[in-house]
Amino acid sequence: MAKARTFQDLILTLQSYWAGQGCLILQPYDDQMGAGTFHPATTLRALGPRPWNAAFVQPSRRPSDGRYGENPNRLQHYYQYQVILKPAPANVQELYLGSIRAIGLDPDLHDIRFVEDDWESPTLGAAGLGWEVWCDGMEITQFTYFQQVGGIECDPVCAEITYGLERLAMYVQNVEFVYDLAFNEQFRYGEVFHQNEQEFSAYNFERADTEILFQHFKDAEKQCRELLTGKKLPLPAYDQCIKASHAFNLLDARGVISVTERAAYIGRVRALAQACCEAWLQTPMGEYKPRFG
Amino acid sequence: MPDMLLELFSEEIPARMQAQAAKDLERLTVGALTERGFMFEGIKAFAGPRRLTLAITGLPPEQKDVREELKGPRTDAPQAALDGFLKKTGLTKEQLKVETTPKGEVYMAVIERKGRATPLVLAEIIPEVMGKLPWPKSMRWKPGNPVRWVRPLHSILATFDGEVVPCEFAGIQSGNTTRGHRFLSSGNITVRRFEDYEAALKKAHVVLDAAERAEIISNDLKQKAFALGLEPIEDIGLLNEVSGLAEWPVVLIGTIQDEFMDVPAEILQTSMRTHQKYFSLRDPKTGKMANRFGLVANMLTKDCGKEIVAGNERVLRARLSDAKFFWDEDRKHSLDSRIEKLKGIVFHAKLGTQFERVERIEKLAGEIAAKIGADVTKAKRAARLAKADLTTGVVGEFPELQGVMGRYYAQHDKEDSAVADAVRDHYKPVGPSDAVPSEKVSIAVALADKLDALTGFFAAGEKPTGSGDPFALRRAALGIIRILLENKLRFALKVSDDLLTFFADRLKVALKEKGVRHDLIDAVFGLGHEDDLVRLVARVEALQAFLKSDDGANLLAGYKRAANILKAEEKKDNKTFTSEVLESKLVEPAEQVLFAALKAHREHIDLALKKEDFSAAMRDMSQLRHPVDTFFDDVKVNADDKAVRENRLNLLASLRATLHQVADFSRIEG
Repeated sequence: MAKARTFQDLILTLQSYWAGQGCLILQPYDDQMGAGTFHPATTLRALGPRPWNAAFVQPSRRPSDGRYGENPNRLQHYYQYQVILKPAPANVQELYLGSIRAIGLDPDLHDIRFVEDDWESPTLGAAGLGWEVWCDGMEITQFTYFQQVGGIECDPVCAEITYGLERLAMYVQNVEFVYDLAFNEQFRYGEVFHQNEQEFSAYNFERADTEILFQHFKDAEKQCRELLTGKKLPLPAYDQCIKASHAFNLLDARGVISVTERAAYIGRVRALAQACCEAWLQTPMGEYKPRFG
Repeated sequence: MPDMLLELFSEEIPARMQAQAAKDLERLTVGALTERGFMFEGIKAFAGPRRLTLAITGLPPEQKDVREELKGPRTDAPQAALDGFLKKTGLTKEQLKVETTPKGEVYMAVIERKGRATPLVLAEIIPEVMGKLPWPKSMRWKPGNPVRWVRPLHSILATFDGEVVPCEFAGIQSGNTTRGHRFLSSGNITVRRFEDYEAALKKAHVVLDAAERAEIISNDLKQKAFALGLEPIEDIGLLNEVSGLAEWPVVLIGTIQDEFMDVPAEILQTSMRTHQKYFSLRDPKTGKMANRFGLVANMLTKDCGKEIVAGNERVLRARLSDAKFFWDEDRKHSLDSRIEKLKGIVFHAKLGTQFERVERIEKLAGEIAAKIGADVTKAKRAARLAKADLTTGVVGEFPELQGVMGRYYAQHDKEDSAVADAVRDHYKPVGPSDAVPSEKVSIAVALADKLDALTGFFAAGEKPTGSGDPFALRRAALGIIRILLENKLRFALKVSDDLLTFFADRLKVALKEKGVRHDLIDAVFGLGHEDDLVRLVARVEALQAFLKSDDGANLLAGYKRAANILKAEEKKDNKTFTSEVLESKLVEPAEQVLFAALKAHREHIDLALKKEDFSAAMRDMSQLRHPVDTFFDDVKVNADDKAVRENRLNLLASLRATLHQVADFSRIEG
């Protein structure tokens, strides 16, 4: 059980581990999003009766978490590793622990715990029950049994496993400053992403043109609605929903959305997500037949 | 007699739900057994991270036979009545007996149910109880199956007298196996009864009983701290929580890096507690927080926890770096400069922003300060700064440190120390066990803060309901009551009637806990003009003492008699009797004596009341006992002479008015 020495080793190890468990290894979705859950391979595929097992890296953007490259572990752009298993296998916790062993964390030497942490995404109208997984007091994974996505009950229930890759790598590599992570044998994480964090923090907090962003939000919302009327195209519509959500996150980081408006904007994105999910279930890949409410 | 063992083994159950789940499991099972006529000797429920367990001792091997006789309709009743009775009893007409009763011939049903073997009944009870168990939050996990449990359920162990009770829940068949610790044990464990179950689990590194786990943690923590010359800072809530997070608790000690030790102890402690569930330690001699912490792992390792401690220390460093960063950043801006930012924080949609709230509290605190003799300028200043820490990074991260941080920042800004203290203490008391502020400036702001919330929410129609009190208004009212009473503050609560009633209710609850009768509080509130709580309580206490004496109890009886007569006669005459008593019309000696007694004592009573010496007033009232008794013995109130009758009623009314000066005696029970 060799430790995954570099950041990319970690990713490669997880990829091959979950491929070995029969997961589709997908690639990141090519839209800006706050978390892997937004990937249509999670949001949409979590719905409907068809079995679905997939794993992928998803670059995640949280504009207000930008710290200009000065915080030891907070980033506005980071990587999530996401596994989605539908239906959730009975031994899913064991499968997960297998992945922890694979990356070189020996549960016999560490203190691994499943601590209550239910998950909810108001923007996606999604919720589930689960835990954050602690390794020696460090949260290394979010583990969720989806109960609802887009306001629709999930049946079968799927398990979503989300690793925060930088955080996990910092633990495995025994590094305290994210930019010190070995990305591979030659490059540090900072050499790849430090400037990125500086520039995007400035963009997120200072330079992003709020008028343009408000317009983006409106446009995306409008386009999404249009794509869901007449002959429905839920997949392109959902892209627009993702775009609206990111525009909102940027506006939020720019501090131009008041507390009351905030709830209203989240509600608007949720309405889009719900409409996309409902439309998706009418497609051949969605084929939803409600069995119970 | 045989025993029963039930274990419901699942994925990790949230720590906060475990204790209640064990109680519910016990309660529901007892209910189901009793309903079916079972008695047993003992029952005990256990809960832990992955299992709920129930052990019942002395359960009979068979259910008792039941013989029941039910009376049905008369034999000449319509067919529909008979049909209904047959349906209810599940019998046919031929199976009914006919009995002759005083009401005629009626059908009787005799139902005999043979008691079933206990395992059969248990097999029915177990799934029923599991289906009813009220988890605060539960989930589905079986495809196409709406069954819910707190997390996926993996096995059901159910035995009676050592043998499996065959039953099923969520598609899981019961058996006689369980599993031990997730990492410190492997494979299935087969058990027959509770004794070998508990022992086998211990061998498999599972401590079944939460109380035992808590004791292990508490003792180990004390010992390990003691070895370092330290002691743990007691934290029952945390102890209970971590007891629910480990099946095999192992206490380890870690070190806090020196660079964090000049961050306020409250921040360190809160960060360690809320994020990491660590215990803080302190030096017993100085009481100062130590640079060590206690953590509870669920694991024994070859290296005796070295890696675990190192890992936890690393996590803590990252956590405390964040906290220290906020602490350092926060002090770059004065509290005063943050007040403006409160305009952006909504307090409540109907009550405006925190800034507007601060303006109100500031004004109110000034008014209260003037009344209670606090420094008005300081009280207003403290009120103005009271909420400014809501905009700081530390409070954003740890909302429970509101006030505490405000005081630190106020001190850093060189604000007056009474002002800084009031910024912290204006939230007090935070709970029934929390001390109330005793410094006048703090008291003024604390009262203003709570009164503003109460009047605001009441005016906005957001009163607490039976089930919900989202804005903690009961706590606020009780806080005001405690501040006033414990500081013996004379202060009129100038509030709306419904709010005054709300205070009365809270006061009743508070005084009830001290053994004061609620009807006495009603009696004093019933006067309708008492808004000084200190005086009110003095009245209630005097009243309680008074009623305990013989004279008091008898006078109350006399009063009631008088009040009842008055009520009846006033209704009859459709008027109230308030006129002067005419001495000339007093015929009987007993009424003359009562009149004289009233006249003689009234002056004393008035004087005592003016001095607020309620005990003295009531002592004087008790002197009226004999004249009242004699009056009722000797005098017929409803005299034939109309004028005499009216005069007597006026005399009784005058007695009533005299007693009503201390309390509305009509509200007193008994």
